[in-house]
Amino acid sequence: MVRARRLRKQFGDFVAVGGIDLEIRRGEVFGFLGPNGAGKTSTMRMIACMSPATSGELEVRGRDPATDGPAIRAGIGLVPQEDALDAELSVLDNLLVYGRYFDLPRRVIRERAGQLLEFAQLADRAGAKVDALSGGMRRRLTIARALVAAPELVILDEPTTGLDPQARHLVWERLYRLKREGVTLILTTHYMDEAEQLCDRLVVMDRGRIVAEGPPRALVAEHVAREVLEVRVLPADEAAVVAALDRHGAGCDRLADRLCAYGDDGDALLAAVLATGVHPEGVLVRRASLEDVFLRLTGRRLVD
Amino acid sequence: MSAARPTSVPLLRLTPLALARPGRARRLVERNLVVYRRGWTYVVSGFFEPFLYLLSIGVGLGHLVGSQRVGGHPVGYAAFVAPGLLASSAMNGGILDTTYGLFFKLKYAHTYEAVLSTPLTSADVAVGEVASAFLRGSVYSAAFLAVMAGLGLVGSPWALCCLPIAALVGLAFASLGLAVTAHLRSWQDVDMVALAVLPMFLFSATFYPLSIYPGAVGWLVRVTPLYQGVVLLRAFDLGAVTPGLWWHAAYLVVLAGVSLSVAAGRLRRLLVP
Repeated sequence: MVRARRLRKQFGDFVAVGGIDLEIRRGEVFGFLGPNGAGKTSTMRMIACMSPATSGELEVRGRDPATDGPAIRAGIGLVPQEDALDAELSVLDNLLVYGRYFDLPRRVIRERAGQLLEFAQLADRAGAKVDALSGGMRRRLTIARALVAAPELVILDEPTTGLDPQARHLVWERLYRLKREGVTLILTTHYMDEAEQLCDRLVVMDRGRIVAEGPPRALVAEHVAREVLEVRVLPADEAAVVAALDRHGAGCDRLADRLCAYGDDGDALLAAVLATGVHPEGVLVRRASLEDVFLRLTGRRLVD
Repeated sequence: MSAARPTSVPLLRLTPLALARPGRARRLVERNLVVYRRGWTYVVSGFFEPFLYLLSIGVGLGHLVGSQRVGGHPVGYAAFVAPGLLASSAMNGGILDTTYGLFFKLKYAHTYEAVLSTPLTSADVAVGEVASAFLRGSVYSAAFLAVMAGLGLVGSPWALCCLPIAALVGLAFASLGLAVTAHLRSWQDVDMVALAVLPMFLFSATFYPLSIYPGAVGWLVRVTPLYQGVVLLRAFDLGAVTPGLWWHAAYLVVLAGVSLSVAAGRLRRLLVP
């Protein structure tokens, strides 16, 4: 569905995307994970043919965005980071007008708009002004709008940022339904749980480059161990604890307020720490997540 | 698969309109019609302004002012002012949407972010917005011309040509408005546009003949875009048609073409970074 070679995007001297390779297959859910400024949105916009690449090769839906932008976009639904709904139009008109941009007959759009308002649980708000919608409703309307032209590829830039947990789960459920219908989904997120829940494969981006690539579980297995031990100790005790964990063969990251150690058995790690005679101020043993992968790869937290 | 071709960029700078397709630009006109339909009071209000000027200045003040000579014939003051106001009406219809309205859509509503995720291009946006403003200006002109006819202010069968001419004035100002607005940064800049439009409205021989001005000022007025419209419409409305009028029409056609091309190029750099 998408192929990129040495894809690069530069704004003046600033390199937003520094030459990445990508291969996104039909029917999969593909994630871009990374902190703000990693180059996710710039990559999305190039794939959506809304921003020309500075250099490198890009192919989307089997065509070249440099020459076939309109034809490629005809099969793409975009959910941008800012909802970009048309505030001068009602909820229903947002769908009807958007459908016309794709040159669809009015009859077809009307029929689909009805179904999509049901899908987005907005059927009772059809005549409402967009300004009157909550954040979650706006997000769902944006997703519904992206589906008006029955696209084979849907690109979502941070689909759940700023939503409360309930609204987030509703959006996830809608995305699952699309996936089951065979729609290819590309999404960016800086939420680990979202990437783990939704993505078949993902890339981790940092400073315009891809630093890891693979299915979520495989990434966790490759870059961190199965479990994580978080310990909070006094600065004076830190060296002793790190030495003990090293002897145990566990990788260890020092964060501002705690240590993270990775191993297949978190409790065994904890026992090793306690054996040093140090009394930790706090401990937590948990499953490793993509957050830990990101931390390992970049030495930084994802969301600060 | 082929490489991104930076070589295509200079070509597009020369002919940014090459990316426009009437079939796609039409969809943006449809969008604007939906908005107009919902806010028809706002649309209708735009017509009343020149109409009120016509009543107060043309008909009211006209009683105190003697007749003017156009093409060697005396005409009443109301009949003299009416085509000037028709030109201003066409200008307003063209320029209002492409300045205030467009600046809002560009900088605050981010209307085109969604539009450009569809098959439409930035050139389609330029053409679609100008076409919308052109339509609106033409409707105002037609309504104003009907009022003029109703008040007996139409002096010649040539006046039938006033409608396409007023439409051309609207088109030129819609394109010019878009080209200027695409370069503006703040609402203060937008107010500067209003500051340029108001004196143009007052001094482009709208209310009195050009002969009032001393030589240098007269030449300044002669090069303003609204003056071309005033001259054309007055000549056709009152039946004083001469071959020299082609120059004024050509001025407006070139202004429309160049402005639209500049606007399309600027919108491309702005909206497709």
